[in-house]
Amino acid sequence: MCCPEVPPPEMLTLRSRGSARKGELRRGTHADDDDGFGMSGRAKPSNFPSRTTTRGREKNFLVGAFGPPCKVGIEFSNAETRKQASVKKENGQVVMVPLFLGQDSVAGEVRIEPLPGKKVEHLGVKIELLGQIELYFDRGSFYDFTSLVRELDVPGEILECKTYPFEFSTVEMQYESYNGVNVRLRYVLKVTISRSYATNIVEYRDFWVHNYSPQPDINNSIKMEVGIEDCLHIEFEYSKSKYHLKDVIVGKIYFLLVRIKIKHMELEVRRRESTGSGPNTYNESETLAKYEIMDGAPVRGESIPIRLFLSPYDLTPTYRNINNKFSVKYYLNLVLVDEEDRRYFKQQEITMYRLE
Amino acid sequence: MQAAEHDAVFTSAEEQEKWLADAMALVQHHAFYMHRALDANNIRDVLKFSAQMLSELRTSKLSPQKYYELYMRTFDELRQLEVFFREEGKRGRLNADIYELVQHAGNILPRLYLLCTVGSVYIKSKEAPAKDVLKDLVEMSRGVQHPIRGLFLRSYLSQISRDKLPDIGSPYEGEGGSVMDAVEFVLQNFTEMNKLWVRMQHQGLVRDKEKREKERSELRDLVGKNLHVLSQLEGVDLEMYREVVLPRVLEQVVNCKDELAQYYLMDCIIQVFPDDFHLQTLETLLGACPQLQPTVDIKTVMSQLMERLSKYVAASPDVLQEFLQVEAFSKFSHSVVEVIDAQPDMPLVGAVSLHVSLLTFVLRVHADRLDYIDQVLGACVKKLEGKGKVKDSKATKQLVALLSAPLEKYKDVVVVLKLSNYARVMEHLDYETNKVMTVVLIQSILSNSTMISAPDKVDALFELLKELIQDSEGQPLLDMVDEEDFQEEQNLVARLVHMLVNDDPEQMFLILTTARKHFVQGGPRRLQYTLPPLIFTALKLVHSLQAQDLPEEGEGSGSVSLKKVFQFLHQMVEALAMVPAAELSLRLYLQCAEAAGDCGLEPVAYEFFTQAFVLYEEEVSDSKAQVTALQLIIGTLQRTRVFGVENRDTLTHKATGYSAKLLKKPDQCRAVYICSHLFWVEDGGTIDGERVLLCLKRALRIAHAAQQMSSATRGTSGPMTLFVEILNKYLYHFEKGNPQVTSSVIQGLLELIVTDMQSEATTHDLEVDAFLASTVRYIQFQKQKGDSIAEQYASIEVQ
Repeated sequence: MCCPEVPPPEMLTLRSRGSARKGELRRGTHADDDDGFGMSGRAKPSNFPSRTTTRGREKNFLVGAFGPPCKVGIEFSNAETRKQASVKKENGQVVMVPLFLGQDSVAGEVRIEPLPGKKVEHLGVKIELLGQIELYFDRGSFYDFTSLVRELDVPGEILECKTYPFEFSTVEMQYESYNGVNVRLRYVLKVTISRSYATNIVEYRDFWVHNYSPQPDINNSIKMEVGIEDCLHIEFEYSKSKYHLKDVIVGKIYFLLVRIKIKHMELEVRRRESTGSGPNTYNESETLAKYEIMDGAPVRGESIPIRLFLSPYDLTPTYRNINNKFSVKYYLNLVLVDEEDRRYFKQQEITMYRLE
Repeated sequence: MQAAEHDAVFTSAEEQEKWLADAMALVQHHAFYMHRALDANNIRDVLKFSAQMLSELRTSKLSPQKYYELYMRTFDELRQLEVFFREEGKRGRLNADIYELVQHAGNILPRLYLLCTVGSVYIKSKEAPAKDVLKDLVEMSRGVQHPIRGLFLRSYLSQISRDKLPDIGSPYEGEGGSVMDAVEFVLQNFTEMNKLWVRMQHQGLVRDKEKREKERSELRDLVGKNLHVLSQLEGVDLEMYREVVLPRVLEQVVNCKDELAQYYLMDCIIQVFPDDFHLQTLETLLGACPQLQPTVDIKTVMSQLMERLSKYVAASPDVLQEFLQVEAFSKFSHSVVEVIDAQPDMPLVGAVSLHVSLLTFVLRVHADRLDYIDQVLGACVKKLEGKGKVKDSKATKQLVALLSAPLEKYKDVVVVLKLSNYARVMEHLDYETNKVMTVVLIQSILSNSTMISAPDKVDALFELLKELIQDSEGQPLLDMVDEEDFQEEQNLVARLVHMLVNDDPEQMFLILTTARKHFVQGGPRRLQYTLPPLIFTALKLVHSLQAQDLPEEGEGSGSVSLKKVFQFLHQMVEALAMVPAAELSLRLYLQCAEAAGDCGLEPVAYEFFTQAFVLYEEEVSDSKAQVTALQLIIGTLQRTRVFGVENRDTLTHKATGYSAKLLKKPDQCRAVYICSHLFWVEDGGTIDGERVLLCLKRALRIAHAAQQMSSATRGTSGPMTLFVEILNKYLYHFEKGNPQVTSSVIQGLLELIVTDMQSEATTHDLEVDAFLASTVRYIQFQKQKGDSIAEQYASIEVQ
C-alpha cells in the first residue's frame, strides 16, 4: 500500500494487491455490495467488535446497584433546547446526548433525592467535569486531559430533596468527543457524594463535544498522474484536499493509457485510527464508503466524473495527535478492478473538518 | 446481481432465456417492495428497492436483445417512480434534495437511472434550469463505460429528456437555456453513445465477431435516435444545422472509424434531416464521404442522398433554382471522383453504380442538361480507361443500367446519340452485354417509335450498334450462335431500318447509303436480314420520288435521282445475291423491276428482270423453288406494263420457256396455264387471244400426258384436278371475252372431264369431285344471273 506519510514521487505505481491483503478487502466487498444504498454509517456495524463488553468502564454505570440511599440526577440547563448528538453505543444502540461546543459553559443543577425514610450523611458533595481518553488496548486506562471541580456542599446530611446549581463557564474543551475502534474520547460530569463509612455515591453524565473549524484558507486540489508502465496511466483530480463533513467530493479521472481490461472503478473513503506511540502504535483502518464511479472498461482519452456526497457517512474531522494518544485520519482510495479481479489503487489523504 | 462476472460471454439461446427469466423475476420482486414503499411514501425504502431493482440491469450475461427486454421492464417501473418523485415535490420536498439523495446510491448504474428519473422531474418543476440538469446528467453518465449498459442508460436519458429540451417554443426555453444548450446536450449524448456502440465490437472473443456485429446492428437505432431528436428540434434551423449540428455529427462519424457506424449514421443523417438542409450543406456532407473507411458502402449512401434530393425537386420544382445556385451537380460529380479515389479497393461495380446514381440524379434534376449527362459518362469512361472489356458481371449490369438510364428517360435515341461518351462506355461492355445493350437501344427506338432522320445520327447509331451489325472480336464462333437468337437480333435491326425516315429524299438517300455502308460490313449471314428492309425503304423512297416527279437524271452528283436509287437498289440486291440468297434476291429483283416499271424506266426494269432470270437459271435449282420463282416472275411480268413489244416478247418468251422446262408435269401444266395471263393484260397491255388459247391447249396437252403417265405407273386419276384447274382458266378467259375461248371449247372440256371422272371408277378423289362440282355450280350460277355474262354462258350446257 502506498504510504501516505512518505511524500509520494510524482509518478506512483498502482500496485496490485497481494493475496495476503485480499482477504481483508473481500470483507468489504461482500458486506456492502448487495445493498445499493450506502446511507449513514453502513460500514460501521462491523467496526464495533464485541470485545468492549468486558471493559472496566462498564461498571461505572452499575455502581448504584447496591441500592444507594438516594437518587442523584444531573440536569443541564436549557435541556429542552440544547442540541443533541446521536451516539452509537457498543451494543449498536443509538442514544441522544447533549451536545456542547468547545468554549461553551457547562451549567445545570444536581438534584439529590434521598429515598423515602432515608437520609444521606456525607463528607461533602462535588461535581467534576472530566475529559478522558480511554485506550482499549491499554486495559481500559483513562487519561484525564481536563479535570475541573466544583464543591457543591459542605459535609452534613441531606434529609430531603436538594438541588445544587453548578456552572463551568467557558470550559476549554479542545478535543472532540470520539468513539473509535481502539480509543474513546469522552466528556463526562461526575458527581461524588463522599461518605466516610460507605462507598462514595458517584453519578456520571456524559455529554458530547463538537469543535467547529473555520474554512481553511488554503485548500488545494489533489491532482496526480499515476500508473503502471505501459499498462495503465491515469490522471486524477479531486477539487479539494480539505472537506467538511457534509461536503461533496468532486473530481475526475482521466485515462491516459488503458491496456488492461478494467471492470469497474470505485472511490473509497477510509479512516485510519492510530493509537499509542512508538512501538506500541496500533493502526486500525476502516472503509466507511465504497462508491462505484465507473462501470465497464474505458478507452484512452475518457474522463470519468466523480461526485461523492459525504453526508450519508458517519465521518468525524481529522484528529491529529490528540493529547499524544491517538490520531484519526481520512483517505480517499481510488480502486480500479480488472476483469481478473486484480485491484489497482491509489490512496490520498484528505483532511476532514467540521464546519459550523 | 452478479455484475460483470463474465463480460460479454453470450451463450446459447436457452441460457439467455433462463437468465432473462431470472432477472425479470428479481425485478418483479424488488418492484413489489418498491411499490409498497411508494404506497407508504417511504422515500428511503423507495430508493433502496428501486436501486435493487435497477441493479438487475448491471448484468453482463444478456445479449442486447434480451437486455432490451429487461430494460423495457424496468423502464415501466421507473415511470411510476417518476410519478412518485413528482408527488414528493408537491408534498414540499425540494427536487434538489431528492436529486442529491439518489446520488447516495453506491452502485453507479442504479444511481444514474435514478438520477435521470429525478432529473426529469427536476426539470419539469423548473426549480433548476433545464440546461444545467441536462448537462449534469449527460456528464455524469460518462461513468458507465460498458457498451451495452451505457447505451441503454443514455438511451433512457435521451428518452426522458426528449420533451424537456430547452428548444424554441418549449416551456423550458429562456431561463432553462437556449436551443443551443439543447443541441449541445443531444450532440454530446450522441457522441458518447456512438463511441460506446463502436466500442462494442472490441468486446469479447474474436470468433464471435460476426455475431457481435449482428447484435451491434440491432442496437443502431438507439444511436440514430439522437439524430432524430436533433432533427425534431424547432430551433435547429439551417444556420444552426450548418454551423453546429452537421459538422459535429460528421466529425464523430468520421472519427469513429467504424464501418458499420459510418454507413448507418450517414444514412441516418440523410434520412432524418430535411432536404433543403442537405441541399444547402451539400459540400460539407459530401466532403465527409471520402474520409470514411475504405470499406464503407459509400455508394449506397450517396445514391440515397441523390435520390432524396431528386425526389425533392420532383415534389417541388421551384427549388431547382437552389440546386443550380449551390451547384449540386458539380459537387456530386466532384465527390464521386473523390470517393472513388479514396477507396482504392472499391470494386469496379461500386464505381460504376456511383455513376449510375449520379446519372439518375442528373436525369431527374437536370433533364435538360445533356452536357451533364455526357460529363457523367465521360467520368465513368475515365474510370474504365485501360481496363478493356469489363468482365465482372455485376459491374456490367451497372454499366447497362448506366447506358439504359438516358434511354428510359428521354425515350429518344436521338438524344442519346448526342452524347459523345455514350459509345465509349459501350466499348467497355463485353460482347454479349454489348449485344444486349444494342438490343435495348433498338427496342427503345421501336417501342417509342423514334424516327431517326439525320444521316450523321444514323451513322452514330450504327456505330453504337456495330456489335450487332458486324462481326467483332469477342464474337463466339458462328456455329455456337443460337440461330434463333441471331435471327431475332437481325430482325430487330431490320425493324430498325424502318425507323430511318426523312422527308427530304436527298437526306433519305444519304441515310440509306450510310446504313448500307454499315450493313455491308455485316457479312453474308446478316445481309439477308438487313438488306431487304433497306431495299424496301429505298423502294419507298422511289415512290416518294416518283410522287415528286423528279427528273430522271440528277443535275449534280449530290442530288438524288430515281436512277441513282435504282442503281443503289441494284447494288444491294446484287450483294444479296452473292450471299447467296437466290430466292430472296430474285423476289427483290422482281420487286425492283416492278417499281422501275411503275416509274416508267423500261431499261431499268428490263435489267432487273434479266438479273432475276439469270438468278433463276443459275441459282434456283430446287423444283419447288423453281415453281414458286416462276410464278413470281410471271406475276410480276404480267403487272409490269412498261415494256415495249420487243422487250416484252423476249421476257414472256423466256418465262413460258421456263414453264415448259419444269421438272414435273403438273408443275409444267400449271406454269403454262398461268402463262396464259401474260398474253391477256387489260388496260393497255397486250391482248393476244390466240396465244392465250395456245397456252391453255398446251396445258391440256401436258395434263393429258401427265394423266397417262400417272395411270401407267400407279393407275390413279391424280392429275384429274389439273383438268378442272384448266377448265377454270378457260372460264376466266371466257368471261374476259377472249374470242378464241368459245363456249363449245369449254363444253367439250367439261364433257371430257365428266366422262373421264365417270369412266375411271377406280378412285374418286373427293377434293377433285368437290372442285368440279363447285365449278359446275359456278357455271350454273353465271347462267342464271341474267346479265351479259349469262348470255355468254347460255350456250354451255351442264347436266
